[in-house]
Amino acid sequence: MKPAPFSYVRPSSLDEACAALASEEDARVLAGGQTLMPMLAMRLSRPTLLVDITRIAELIGIEEQGSSIVVRAATVQAYALRSELIAREVPLLAKALPNVGHPPTRNRGTVGGSVAHGDPSAEISLAATVLEAGIVFRDGEDETSFLPEEFFIGPTVTMAPMGGCLTRIVFPKKPSGRVGTGFHEVASRRSDYAFASAAAQLVFDEDGTCSEARLGIGSVGDVPVKVDVDGLVGGAADDAAIRDVVAEALRDLEAVDDLHATASYRRRAAAALAERALREARDEALESRP
Amino acid sequence: MKTELTVNGRAVTVDVEPRMTLLDCLRDELDLKGTHAGCEHGVCGACTVMVDGRAVRSCLMLAVQGDGLDIRTIEGFAPDAGELSVVQDAFCETHGLQCGYCTPGMIVAAHALLSHNDEPSDEEIRDAISGNICRCTGYGQIVEAIRLAAERMRQSNTRAFEAEGGESA
Repeated sequence: MKPAPFSYVRPSSLDEACAALASEEDARVLAGGQTLMPMLAMRLSRPTLLVDITRIAELIGIEEQGSSIVVRAATVQAYALRSELIAREVPLLAKALPNVGHPPTRNRGTVGGSVAHGDPSAEISLAATVLEAGIVFRDGEDETSFLPEEFFIGPTVTMAPMGGCLTRIVFPKKPSGRVGTGFHEVASRRSDYAFASAAAQLVFDEDGTCSEARLGIGSVGDVPVKVDVDGLVGGAADDAAIRDVVAEALRDLEAVDDLHATASYRRRAAAALAERALREARDEALESRP
Repeated sequence: MKTELTVNGRAVTVDVEPRMTLLDCLRDELDLKGTHAGCEHGVCGACTVMVDGRAVRSCLMLAVQGDGLDIRTIEGFAPDAGELSVVQDAFCETHGLQCGYCTPGMIVAAHALLSHNDEPSDEEIRDAISGNICRCTGYGQIVEAIRLAAERMRQSNTRAFEAEGGESA
């Protein structure tokens, strides 16, 4: 057996899970296990207690709540990928999901697990960052909500409270108007960890003027980042404008070097992917009916 | 820890340490050596099995997490002893394997795809096996095998394995 020994509990309610997490200092949440299990196998993580949350009904499901779509933490990615609610109301997340892992890992991996792990190349985290989704934890009796830009602080390092349990990600519904999205990444093989990724959402008026522009870059630095592309607002977001605004927005982008890609490659790839994502978002928005 | 599994239609109870993966449980406790241990950290796909009708990596799941779930391994696809499933047959016919190490995972992934899509495009086939690494074939004959299996299933009006829900592979 590869992992170091640990105890295992499978609570059926969030209260029980929180009590178990508070009972031991080195207790950890186990959801789909698609990133935790490799870390256990390599003994990079040595928890003393694993709290399996995959059968807690209140942590599973996707629902509409006012102006938000709530994705409960232990909802598997394959389910989210098939969700009509996400396809209709959070189209950027819908575009990100096919890039998350492979079919067999999406069948176990959870939406919350991907965010909680805090990998800088995680597509769901990038979509959450661009859309400024709420990341909600239950910590004992308290509930704490983080914005992605405050939650992700380094590669696999987050603000998650010790002993807390992620309960849901609250995505804002797409705004009214003509909305388009784009998501692009490069990886060594389909759906592997990306070397660079870009996610964009644009909103246009009836007369074809851009009224809101969002862009995020993942996999390039230590955390997914939302970058300022407000320069596109008020214009038509033509190819030249996109090129200029992206060049300006990514001027100071932090990039990391590793054995997969150099920092300069990542920067160039990020710019190309950002332009592609914005062009796709624009074309999709202008084709849509207001 | 006592865990009740249904493996290839047979109910079994195993008593395992929580840290034992489903992969090790199948191979070492239940002596089902058809599921292959490759990388053992979720990269190669050789250990792919069906859990409740969905393809998953058995090295990324604890045996205790399988409690109460329905597990189907490569041993559970052939209609009878000494026979092969349509997918296994197609792999032989098109030379979809060489050393055979990745083959059980490939075949399970193919069954998962064909259980809900009996007319997959090459693109869909490639996506279904995108998480499975083969170092011999170059993948071309594997895609061909799955295409052939799909065609035969359409002609015989059967599906690889009647699965519910889940994703393609």
